[in-house]
Amino acid sequence: MPHLYLEALSTYASDIDNLILLIAALVIPWFILCELIFFYFIFRFREKDGVRTEYITGENKRHKRWITYPHLLVLVCDLFILVGAVQVWYDVKQRLPEPYETVRIVGQQWAWTFVHPGPDHVLDTADDITTVDEFHVEVGKIYHFKLESRDVLHSFSVPVFRLKQDAIPGRIITGWFEATGVGEYDIQCAEICGIGHGLMAARIFIESPENHAAWIAEKSPFQLVAAATIPIVED
Amino acid sequence: MAESVQPESAHAHHGEQSFWSKYVFSTDHKMIAMQYMFTGMAMALIGGFMVYVFRMQLAFPGIEVPFYGAVTPARYNTLVTLHGTIMIFWVAMPVLIAAFGNFLIPLMIGCDDMVFPKINRFSYQIFLLSAIVLVASFFVEGGGFGGAWTAYPPLSAKAEYSLTGLGSSLWLVAVALEFVAFLLGGINFVTTVMNARAPGMKMYDIPMVIWMIVIASVLFMASVGPLFAGAVMLFMDQNIGTAFFDPNKGGDPILWQHLFWFFGHPEVYVVLLPAMGISADIICTFARKQLFAYKTFLYTTFGTGVLSFTVWAHHQFIAGIDPRMANIFTVTTLLISIPIAEMCFIYIATLYGGSIRLTTPMLWALAFVAEFLIGGVTGVFLGASGADVYFHDTYFVLAHFHYTFFPIAIIGTFAGFTFWFPKMFGKMMNETLGKIHFWGTIIPFNCIFIPLFVLGAAGQHRRIYSYENFPDLALPQYQDMRVFATTALLVMLGFQLVFFYNCFISWRKKEMDAGRNPWRSNTLEWVAESPPPHGNFPELPHCYRGPYEYGTPGREEDYFPQNLPA
Repeated sequence: MPHLYLEALSTYASDIDNLILLIAALVIPWFILCELIFFYFIFRFREKDGVRTEYITGENKRHKRWITYPHLLVLVCDLFILVGAVQVWYDVKQRLPEPYETVRIVGQQWAWTFVHPGPDHVLDTADDITTVDEFHVEVGKIYHFKLESRDVLHSFSVPVFRLKQDAIPGRIITGWFEATGVGEYDIQCAEICGIGHGLMAARIFIESPENHAAWIAEKSPFQLVAAATIPIVED
Repeated sequence: MAESVQPESAHAHHGEQSFWSKYVFSTDHKMIAMQYMFTGMAMALIGGFMVYVFRMQLAFPGIEVPFYGAVTPARYNTLVTLHGTIMIFWVAMPVLIAAFGNFLIPLMIGCDDMVFPKINRFSYQIFLLSAIVLVASFFVEGGGFGGAWTAYPPLSAKAEYSLTGLGSSLWLVAVALEFVAFLLGGINFVTTVMNARAPGMKMYDIPMVIWMIVIASVLFMASVGPLFAGAVMLFMDQNIGTAFFDPNKGGDPILWQHLFWFFGHPEVYVVLLPAMGISADIICTFARKQLFAYKTFLYTTFGTGVLSFTVWAHHQFIAGIDPRMANIFTVTTLLISIPIAEMCFIYIATLYGGSIRLTTPMLWALAFVAEFLIGGVTGVFLGASGADVYFHDTYFVLAHFHYTFFPIAIIGTFAGFTFWFPKMFGKMMNETLGKIHFWGTIIPFNCIFIPLFVLGAAGQHRRIYSYENFPDLALPQYQDMRVFATTALLVMLGFQLVFFYNCFISWRKKEMDAGRNPWRSNTLEWVAESPPPHGNFPELPHCYRGPYEYGTPGREEDYFPQNLPA
């Protein structure tokens, strides 16, 4: 269902969408069947003159199987959902594929700070690029993120990735994603974090390798330093 | 409540009462039930007004809301926080458990009052105090608490983060007081049902609604301890500088979430079960049927109750708990779909072969089942960890739990209220107005929340006062849905006037037209006069059979009251 409204732009986004479709395919027929029988009974067994109600306690096996068999079927459906849910969950949250780069994401009242590793692809070096409410990633590359919070709980949510993870002060939570298409989309804070919660919007820019390289080149503090120092060297 | 003629054989200790001892400091379970009922309804009006204000802001961002004014982000947070808190703790709990529990337990088990009438009175007085503290918190400096009804620290723990230091503390005090009130009430309910039943009333002869209230009380008492401890810890974090939940000083904010949801999930069943019991009793009465597989229903409820203690962390899948834990809680959460599905099947099976009369209470009871099913099936999406990664904290969650809580707290209450109104006041309600009110509530209710499911699927996250800052959510088609939901809400709120008008004219009627047993029902409360006098029964009834003997073969009448000898 999310895919009707939002693009699926991470490797696991369509898995999550498919899981949602699987659950829908299993529960919606149950729902429709239940409501149909329910309303049919209401109309079929309306009060009529001279028709006496049937005396059914439901305690004998012959009657009880009408609820026992359906509920065993519900159990079977649950098993399918369970397997799907755990598979997807394992892929999104439990395993951590080898990253191309690691970024740091810091939530605070009420902004997101993104520390990109810069030209050397290594975090916590002098060429890191820090931005506020703007997150630049390259399509088709596996990223790890280190999620932190400076004050209260926040939740890093990228709907097009189907990704959501709470940020907790005092902890660094590692997660991953790999974008599969380019574009510019919302990043939300999905956990109430005070009066500015509604202002805590950021944007993710998923870029092609060329555009991403160009952005790094433009923003890299090294480049700026180099540009600033070149005339001095020439002197 | 109108005093009716006391039969001479009424118990000597239930004599004449002064105004104060009858209406204010009453120890009569029926009067305490009315106090809970009307306090709960008054709180429902406050909670309803709040939803009107913030839904107007969402549909028309930045407008001056009529009768309120502009909604600032701080006020918006306070409104959604108190709306949730009020509707769960000060509407669903007092009305479904305390009001119906107090009114029905002694009448349905055939005794004259609760076993601890003074504890009962004390329970209401503490509850009233908690309601006053909560409402007061809205008006203190800084405004009411705005950290959501779940009150996650550190936001709730520090005034510098929430900007509502006093409001947060008052909110916490109010919630803690409310817990005390319901602990006292719960002790009373369980003890009364276990010890004061009419002679001859065996365990399987207890009406289902009474069982449900007892099980709900046990669940509440068993789950509230950890949260009460948590509330004390949070209060100390707020006010004397302890650091139970402060990570900078060695505390852990996630601990609160565990304490909160260890209570919070059973709490869903605490309010669900009484509503299920009310619906079961009403459906049996108007379908003229035995409850299908009474014992299965009962044991299924026990099972649900036990399971409900093992599912809490499904609220925390993405909260930073060890991801492996999510797998366990997915298993338990999916398991709980089985008893709940079974209970829905039992309702449906009960209708089979019946002789269904669609009175107003029956419409409400059937609507409870039909609407709760939607809440049930949408819950499966959220209990499955992999899907919850996306749905967590979106409007999909919001729509899901309103499809459970609305049937519980609103539909269940209207079902019970319209069903027992004749017993409470001795007068029948107007059926035409009742049905207008029913359709005027049910249709808009669905129109409010179905668009919110769609918005949730589109990624709209919760507790945002305006989506203008989120370009992907600020699209005009989504704004149209928000306007549609708000419009439906206004229609639904408008139709509640029909209900209050109906109550008023029915209550003002001169003639006591209800009689003792207007619905030709079996349970013992229909043996008493309407309204029952202080002391309930002229002489305490004897119970000879189960509560749902409708259409018993070999009997001319299609019902067989519990108190009639064979």
